Amino acid sequence: MSQHIVPMRVYFVIFFSLLILTAVTVWVAFFDLGAVNDAVALGIATTKAMLVILYFMHVRYSSKLTWIFAATGFLFLIILLAFTLSDVLTRDWIPVSAGWGGGAQ
Amino acid sequence: MAHEHAALQHHFDDMDQQLEASTLGMWAFLITEVLFFGGLFAGYLIYRTKFPEAFDLGSHELDIKFGAINTAVLIGSSLTMVLAVYFAQLGQRMKIVFFLFATLVLGGTFLGIKAVEYSHKIHDGLLPGPGFTFDSPIADQVRIFFSFYFAMTGLHAFHMIIGAGLLSWLMYNAWQGKYDSSYNTPVELVGLYWHFVDIVWIFLFPLLYLIGRN
Repeated sequence: MSQHIVPMRVYFVIFFSLLILTAVTVWVAFFDLGAVNDAVALGIATTKAMLVILYFMHVRYSSKLTWIFAATGFLFLIILLAFTLSDVLTRDWIPVSAGWGGGAQ
Repeated sequence: MAHEHAALQHHFDDMDQQLEASTLGMWAFLITEVLFFGGLFAGYLIYRTKFPEAFDLGSHELDIKFGAINTAVLIGSSLTMVLAVYFAQLGQRMKIVFFLFATLVLGGTFLGIKAVEYSHKIHDGLLPGPGFTFDSPIADQVRIFFSFYFAMTGLHAFHMIIGAGLLSWLMYNAWQGKYDSSYNTPVELVGLYWHFVDIVWIFLFPLLYLIGRN
């Protein structure tokens, strides 16, 4: 069969990279970087997730159709989060007249 | 025509096509899983932006040691899982069983540590509900953090328990010699599921344990 067999060495390299990135994310969390803390934490988490998806989940060696499927899940996740935040974070930008729903109470 | 493998279903042309179709089906399921957890992540984002101080306070109650060790345990279980897939591709029966067992043991270790954490938090009165006690003027907001903590880690742990069941089933079949270099789709697909659950934790760990530490 034509299953792509990844050399075992690759798996160990990814494993140790993931452990190192975990240590880095804990270490960085104790520095006060303001809003950058969250960006760094999520950046590292995303990098770790990419390593798992590409190598442990074999997407790197899979068909283009599998790539599209894998990417679709995250595309929809980004839409979910982006549209949620575009609402929640911008609610105070424009003052709304007190009449809106104000009649109830 | 080449001889047909016993595991080849009649509606597929060959083993490659069958594996490809099965892999795509698993990814379609995982897309729904991404959005299943995504709803909780979106809720977390809304309340975190609304009550940042309360989320920092709540996060401080969690023990980074437990969280970090569990992250390492889960990454280790992903390694043993991928090695089980590797030996399935090579058709080495006893090594498949061994690495599936190692994955099961590491998954059990994760759940054990999680259980210890839960019992500490419940003992400290941090489980949202009538017994919730937190000494702070914004205790109500901190309770929202713990609602997310228990809901997200609980749903994650539930996935781990299902994964443990799947691993046991794979071990039994592998022991029976059902998987070899030409047919190992179930091992590969449970592997995809297990790694997905690992990825969820990779995001949960910083979002729950590591915020507001400086």
